[in-house]
Amino acid sequence: MDTKRTTFNNRLLPYLLLAPQLAITLVFFIWPAAQAVKSSFEREDPFGFSTVFVGLTHYRQLFADPNYLDALWRTAVFAVSVTALSMLLGLAFAAAVDRLARSAKIYTTLLVWPYAVAPVVAGVLWWFLFNTSTGLLPFFLERLGIRWDHDLNGTHAMILIIIAAAWKQISYNFLFFLAGLQSVPQSLIEAAAIDGSGPVRRFFTISLPLLSPTTFFLFIINVNYTMFDTFPIVDATTGGGPAQATTTLVYKVYQDGYVGLNIGSSSAQSVLLMLIVMLLTFVQFRFVERRVQY
Amino acid sequence: MFKKLSMAALAVALSATSSLAATEVTWWHAMGGELGKKLEEIAQKFNESQSDYKVVPVYKGSYPETLTAAIAAFRAGQQPAIVQVFEVGTGTMMAAKGAVYPVYKLMADEGEPFDTKTFLSPVTGYYSDTKGNILSLPFNSSTPIMYYNKDVFKKAGLDPEVAPKTWKEVEEFSRKIVSSGAAKCGLTSAWITWVQTENLSALHDKPFGTLQNGFGGVKSEFTFNGPLQAKHWANLKKWQDEGLFKYGGPVGGDQAATMFYSQECAITMNSSAGRAGVINNAKTFTPGFAPLPYYDDEIKEPKNSIIGGATLWVLNGKEKATYKGVAKFFSYLSKPEVQADWHQFTGYLPITNAAYDLGQKQGYYAKNPGSDIAIKQITRGTPSENSKGVRFGNFTQVRTIVDEEFQALLANKKDAKQALDSAVQRGNALLREFEAANSN
Repeated sequence: MDTKRTTFNNRLLPYLLLAPQLAITLVFFIWPAAQAVKSSFEREDPFGFSTVFVGLTHYRQLFADPNYLDALWRTAVFAVSVTALSMLLGLAFAAAVDRLARSAKIYTTLLVWPYAVAPVVAGVLWWFLFNTSTGLLPFFLERLGIRWDHDLNGTHAMILIIIAAAWKQISYNFLFFLAGLQSVPQSLIEAAAIDGSGPVRRFFTISLPLLSPTTFFLFIINVNYTMFDTFPIVDATTGGGPAQATTTLVYKVYQDGYVGLNIGSSSAQSVLLMLIVMLLTFVQFRFVERRVQY
Repeated sequence: MFKKLSMAALAVALSATSSLAATEVTWWHAMGGELGKKLEEIAQKFNESQSDYKVVPVYKGSYPETLTAAIAAFRAGQQPAIVQVFEVGTGTMMAAKGAVYPVYKLMADEGEPFDTKTFLSPVTGYYSDTKGNILSLPFNSSTPIMYYNKDVFKKAGLDPEVAPKTWKEVEEFSRKIVSSGAAKCGLTSAWITWVQTENLSALHDKPFGTLQNGFGGVKSEFTFNGPLQAKHWANLKKWQDEGLFKYGGPVGGDQAATMFYSQECAITMNSSAGRAGVINNAKTFTPGFAPLPYYDDEIKEPKNSIIGGATLWVLNGKEKATYKGVAKFFSYLSKPEVQADWHQFTGYLPITNAAYDLGQKQGYYAKNPGSDIAIKQITRGTPSENSKGVRFGNFTQVRTIVDEEFQALLANKKDAKQALDSAVQRGNALLREFEAANSN
């Protein structure tokens, strides 16, 4: 590492410069996180009149609760599906736009639009499209012999939130993939072309391997996105139903803590979520730092 | 610069004097849309009727959101004086003794007249403690009734003036409606939990839980997996498979109203407060109103239906002057003309006998046929332990569970008995949690 070192003459100055950021981190991250850890070990009535230390009871109950384990598994399925779908489509669009000469800018702008749509609005849009009695898509699906019913069919509901969540994320992946593709050295591609390899082969043997750091970065970002930022989509489309078929971990935290006022268990769930995210971040830093060689 | 500063100082001084003149009473509520506008009108009229107190209504979203917001605010010492809490949250509020200023006590402390007997007995029965003291002021109470489409009935060759009385008739009529092509589906229902489970149990005098449906304390257990409930859920499933019944969705079942308005379904069951919506939306057909159906082989005379809606709770930790204002406002709210106006506009029940009498004197019920079905249904017969209502802790979550199990039934994952057994078992786990949290 040959980064430039900045030296300060005043020893206090660097701390002072860091202070605002540290203060924000402390107030908005560390303090609430510490509160969550504390209340995950306590049982409390909603109003907070009586608080009893219960140790690991909430955690033990969670791991004995089939509903929680189901939610864990469901979240994994959801995260992987959304990530795969949005990354594949993002990559496909990026590869397509990369080959365009003049209209690339227009397509880029259009493809980035969904990212500006608030998640809850995205959820409502897809909810309308898939609405069982008035929606457009169920109407066409019925002609294909599929009776769409996400109000009762758990698989349909899951497909609905996967599509809605992935749709929003395609833009983000597209942008990163496009930037990655554009930074692939032209000379390599030209050399391969002279050697007689076609565009498809060039894409798979040159561009794709060179994109691997981007791919890895996006993979982590997307998994994080689906696990934490998809709450509005679930809330606006399925509300976690039917029969918990779309209750992901983060939605369960909301259901139990906010709606059910069970603060202890809800805190324990957020602590577990926090651990998962820490693990993911750790993995990301380990591997992205060492990153894939090329 | 100086000019600006002095202006600011003046503004501060002015606002200070105006707040000295009238004590503010904050009122958090969950009434959106038309209901919210009406509620604000009531507060405004009270403010205009006197100059000492100013009631400030604040819309806080849905019922669960309002309750959660109030609890969070209480923990932070920023609570409103009055909060509107739905009947499902009653168990939670009653357990929170330190947070609540009981209404009967408040009215006595402030010397405002407050007589429990002036209220309708099912309303007071539900919202008072074991000693008969009213803890929160009944404001908007409702009970489910049946709505049907008279035009579709006519098309199907049925008498539009005769609503189905029993579930057997509901089935027969629905079959006729669907097979004649008068409508795509016979019936739908809002609130599967409240209407098709809680009220079903009450109507047939079957317990929903032990210890008088939870009125007797936090040690109660659910028992709504009996033969009657299982039979009814199995019927709904059977009717769904036949195309007679269509599911309206979880919680309030928003789709039920949509399907009824669009004439897809000929019958729906919903809160009596849905009446205004039905009248506004039924532009192309004539709606009919009727009491909820029952199984005549289970009970000869169905019991009264039970209450839904919300009451106003007073929270502790405010100034004495504020409570004086709250008491004055509550007296105003209980006036027959205020009550009757609210009841007739919204479809909620008249809370006091005087408001009902006033409506009769005004000829409101004669002019609006069907508008007194809810009140007749909730006051019929003598309430039994099973028809007094249900009162359980963590009940918001329990309702979610019941919805989930009903969905599992409709999705062929479980049969009716299995779904109800599982709902009872999961619900009981939540009751034990509530018991533990409220007994330390």
